[in-house]
Amino acid sequence: MKKTTLIFIAVCAVLMLAVPQFLKNYGIYLLTYWLIFIIATMGLNLTVGYAGQKSLGHAAFFGIGAYTVAILMKAGVSFWLGLPAAALICFVLGIILGFPALRVQTIYLAFATLGFNTAVWLVMRNEEWLTGGTFGINNIARPSLFGLSLDGNLAYYYFTLAVTVLMVALLWGLLRSPWGKAFTALRDNPIRAESLGVDIQRYTLLSFAIGAVYAGVAGALFASLVQFIEPAPFTVGASIMMYLMVVVGGPGYFLGPVLGAAVGVVLPEWLRFAQAWYLFVFGSAVVLLMIWLPDGLLSIPDRLKAKKQARIDSAARAASGQAAIKNGASA
Amino acid sequence: MTHPHHHERSVGQPVLKVSNLKKSYGAIQAVGGVSFSVMPGEIFGVIGPNGSGKTTLFNSMLGQITPDAGKIELNGEDVTHCGPLELNRRGVGRTFQTLQVFGKMTVRDNLIVAAQEHSGSMFSRMFAPTDSGLGAKADALIDQFHIRHVAHKKAGELSYGQQKLVDIAMAFMSEPDLVLLDEPCAGVNPSLVGGISTLLKQLNQNPKIGKHSSFVVIEHNMDFVMDLCHRIMVMVEGQVMAIGTPDEIRSNKQVLEAYLGS
Repeated sequence: MKKTTLIFIAVCAVLMLAVPQFLKNYGIYLLTYWLIFIIATMGLNLTVGYAGQKSLGHAAFFGIGAYTVAILMKAGVSFWLGLPAAALICFVLGIILGFPALRVQTIYLAFATLGFNTAVWLVMRNEEWLTGGTFGINNIARPSLFGLSLDGNLAYYYFTLAVTVLMVALLWGLLRSPWGKAFTALRDNPIRAESLGVDIQRYTLLSFAIGAVYAGVAGALFASLVQFIEPAPFTVGASIMMYLMVVVGGPGYFLGPVLGAAVGVVLPEWLRFAQAWYLFVFGSAVVLLMIWLPDGLLSIPDRLKAKKQARIDSAARAASGQAAIKNGASA
Repeated sequence: MTHPHHHERSVGQPVLKVSNLKKSYGAIQAVGGVSFSVMPGEIFGVIGPNGSGKTTLFNSMLGQITPDAGKIELNGEDVTHCGPLELNRRGVGRTFQTLQVFGKMTVRDNLIVAAQEHSGSMFSRMFAPTDSGLGAKADALIDQFHIRHVAHKKAGELSYGQQKLVDIAMAFMSEPDLVLLDEPCAGVNPSLVGGISTLLKQLNQNPKIGKHSSFVVIEHNMDFVMDLCHRIMVMVEGQVMAIGTPDEIRSNKQVLEAYLGS
């Protein structure tokens, strides 16, 4: 690993560990909320950014994760069993949602996943016996770890941070393995990928399933953070917002979701001064961003590099042209 | 032109055997009962005017369309109904008429991904090194194709000719028994055509990299086909008009009248 990368990681680690000490409860809550959305959108970035599958159903998995933990905890099951159960259920449902992607792509796939989100949301809203319907499920407890209570906001923040680091590391390892190249090949050119032996069907299903696991884990953490869940945060609108976070950060850039989630979670807080105009400012910012940076915020370094390379190439061409003229004159 | 190893290649079981292959689209018969064999190490050319059925034949051999009748055998096994993935796993590589590289990956990664799925299980690949242990092999092909200077550039940033070389190199990474090349010279600068021909001859003869691959080549550039191929099949209106060595094809009056036009 490069020295600059190590320094960057160290600085980030220090900031993430130290900053909450100086924040009030709401600030800590907001940071935790951001971490949860980093996990969720990292999963979506795998599905959308790396594997190129258009999914507008991610909030459904986020909700399934949250409801799984909430329902199981209400039934007396430990959070530590609820969390893997949420991941497992999302993995299975992710594979099922992946099947339409084997037949349809692009906007048609987006609509298929959107339909899935709507169906799941309706179950959450209508099946009162299971989900509490519009009344939701309240008093969801926060877990304790080795006797340490995670009830406090700061303790829960550090716990969420640890889970985030673990999930980020796992995804980093996965994307550095041959699987990462297979996902990218699937996104860039599935026909060519298949002709090279890449099992595009399996990788498509796995991109949905693994992405769903990330949303499920994030949902489980979300349930314990807010301690009350109802269907509203898991609508199609929430899925679109998550998609936006991936696109704004930079789809296919590993750290894109970190920035994207910050834009989606923190920016609205910064825009509070705009009051009723908040959505107008936010919407305009997104429009401008999509016009100038369609590949997201993290594409800025690549763009600068490409511009620099173009300048070097053009200077080299000019120099070789001058040399040719000189040689011609002296001949 | 002489092909010293041609006789040796003709001995033994064919790598590819196509028998009485037929494919129609409605009332139009694109391929009407085509039969031929490709021997180990042989470079087999397919020529014919537009609409003669070359692409339909190619797509049938590559598992992209299912023929109406006939049989395709690979090393003696029936693969008529195999899809592209299965065919690749059984040792069939291919290039496409249009560029088909992975634009956002580096050239080296394009080559690695072209062979990584051929070793281990999907589960074991999750824990495999980034280059799947294929780095040295990719580097050898990079040197052979003279693309070392762009090895770490994204493939999408290269010139058309360079991308074409990457595209061809990818087909050879998994050491296939049979490579189907769909117009390898299409859109290529004439100065590069000779280079591609030389590379393909090297890959055909170099057992370290090409493993004595057999090739089937569709190409409109006659000089290229005549120079490269050991045998050539001429197709006209979905039928085989002639199969023979380049010299035989050149002197076949029927072919000259119907296709070469001279």
